[in-house]
Amino acid sequence: MRILVVEDDLEAQRYLVNGLKEAGHVVDDAADGDIGLTLALSRPYDCAIIDRMLPKMDGLTVVAEMREHGNTMPVLFLSALSEVDDRVKGLKAGGDDYLTKPYAFVELLARIDALMRRRAPAAVKTKLAVGDLELDLLTRTGTREGQAIDLQPREFRLLEYLMRHAGQVVTRTMLLESVWEYHFDPQTNVIDVHISRLRAKIDKGFQSQLLHTVRGAGYMIRGAK
Amino acid sequence: MARNSGFWHWAQRVLHTQAFRITLVFVFFYAVTATALVAFTWWNAQRALDAQTDDTIEAEVSGLREQYQRLGVIGLSDVITGRVGQHGSGLYLLQSPTSSVLAGNLVELPTSAKLMGNFVEFDYQRHLEGKEVTRTARGRAFFLQGGFLLLVGRDISDQKESRRLFTTTLPWSVGLMLLFGIGGGILMSRNLLRRLDAITRTSSAIVAGDFSRRVPQTASHDEFDALAENLNVMLERTERLMKGMREVVDSVAHDLRTPLNRLRNRLEEMQRRIDPEDPHLDDIDAAIAETDRLITTFNALLLIAEADSGITRGTMAPLDLSAVVADVADLYAPLAEEKEIVLDVAPAGVLTIEGNRSLVSQALANLIDNAIKYTPAGGHVAVSAGETPRGIDLTVADSGPGIPAEDRARVLERFVRLEKSRNSPGTGLGLSLVAAVARMHDAKLTLGDNTPGLKATITFPRTFVKKPANRE
Repeated sequence: MRILVVEDDLEAQRYLVNGLKEAGHVVDDAADGDIGLTLALSRPYDCAIIDRMLPKMDGLTVVAEMREHGNTMPVLFLSALSEVDDRVKGLKAGGDDYLTKPYAFVELLARIDALMRRRAPAAVKTKLAVGDLELDLLTRTGTREGQAIDLQPREFRLLEYLMRHAGQVVTRTMLLESVWEYHFDPQTNVIDVHISRLRAKIDKGFQSQLLHTVRGAGYMIRGAK
Repeated sequence: MARNSGFWHWAQRVLHTQAFRITLVFVFFYAVTATALVAFTWWNAQRALDAQTDDTIEAEVSGLREQYQRLGVIGLSDVITGRVGQHGSGLYLLQSPTSSVLAGNLVELPTSAKLMGNFVEFDYQRHLEGKEVTRTARGRAFFLQGGFLLLVGRDISDQKESRRLFTTTLPWSVGLMLLFGIGGGILMSRNLLRRLDAITRTSSAIVAGDFSRRVPQTASHDEFDALAENLNVMLERTERLMKGMREVVDSVAHDLRTPLNRLRNRLEEMQRRIDPEDPHLDDIDAAIAETDRLITTFNALLLIAEADSGITRGTMAPLDLSAVVADVADLYAPLAEEKEIVLDVAPAGVLTIEGNRSLVSQALANLIDNAIKYTPAGGHVAVSAGETPRGIDLTVADSGPGIPAEDRARVLERFVRLEKSRNSPGTGLGLSLVAAVARMHDAKLTLGDNTPGLKATITFPRTFVKKPANRE
């Protein structure tokens, strides 16, 4: 995938570019808003990672200009600013996701993967399936090997999010943000408890395990190879 | 219906203004004084007029008496006939001792005039333009020497009419005066209210966090404009201060996060590059974990600073506290269950407060997190929201060891952790953040005894119900 990185802190930029290249992406970089906008408008990218504070033109303006020119590529904002209303400003300006520095690289990688995947116009699905696990989005019920799984509403949403991102790493923060709509870090890792309960419902008593823990990153649901 | 109640609301506001009350008192005193003055003047004028009439009659009487003495009854009746012929307002009647009319323009002696010697008012009939009309007169009847009766009077119907007109118009004038006074009062109050409302609207927008608002000024340079100007200068200064605060918070955040970011990046890079078998990997993992703790503490401190500085007030919106309780409790339910703690959520109806969902949720999460952390297995944690006389309460009560009364104020300070808990994970900022979020919402955090256990309550102020938007 082609990714544009606009970041003025050169060390952070180098690190970001290296990391993304190691993950198999093609990366272009820019160190200020002007060059960033020019690149964004002249070359096709699958995703852009843009710092909020940039010389010459700040990140919000870059994205607002991109959207003005009809450019719809997914954008992830990186910000070292304080947080309470900055996230809202970023999303209002046309950003698709928002990550506060310092971040864990796995978190960033999982988020841009999700952003780029989201871009592909998925047909309106009424059923999600991973291996022999099926989720009916209309009746809001789940079955595995034809056996009904009893899911609470929140468990259903959690499983739906995981299955929509099947084969991708989903971090705890991503789950907290999209399933609970919280943008803070609970002191205790409550998400792990939710996952282990969900795992007990969908994996317990079955041959193959679908819900995997990705060490140091988060979770992933995927069918048996 | 809504329009109607809007009008009543408006009317009530107008009637309760100081301007309207002052106008009302003023109009009342003005009406009383003016009425008294007019009535007194009029009464005096009437008295003078009556006296004048009496004087004229008296003069005529003495003239006629003289004529009688000089010329006798024949001469007197001639004089009277002559005067009647002048068609003035004079009334005369000369009767013989046998009560036959000798001269004059009255047909008979009016009943009320039979009281001899005194001035009396009486009605009489008169032909006027072919019609018989009843008119009022004032006069005096008396006996002349020889038993003749003479009545001399003057027509006072016009005076009477003006007197009647006056007494009927006076209440109307007073009524009109009051009406205009009240109308003027309403107009004045409305103007005053409009100016004050503009100031109130601006100040509530500012309290809600919009520091760019200014009190509107008019071209009239009156005392309201002077007040508005002063307020605006003050607001200008406050906005500059808030902006400065925002910049400080932002640059502190930026200047600390940038090196923290580089530090974490480098550690992660080392972690990725190092051979998985290398014994130093554990050290790197530990360093990353330590960095993350540093970041968590820093974020919590920054959030407390932000909540306390007031720069987050702009993010507040109407929020249903019951929904917040249900959502956060839902997040923590499995954790409580795993620790064999019963998490009780008391259902409540919609409880609207003015708040920031994320911060209120985080504060509640911190309280529940603490409660679960310190409550032993088999205990229970009760979360509830409800209206009390003081406001809207959000309560988390546990059956843990609680906090001794003397330590309760201290644990709200930053970084204070009680000895017993020093080794359990946490930044020591959890309760400080809750307290800061409470302060930001003009709410009060109280720690009480749940006998046994801790009972933490955040009391939010009741949000005032938005007025119907029928003005402007």
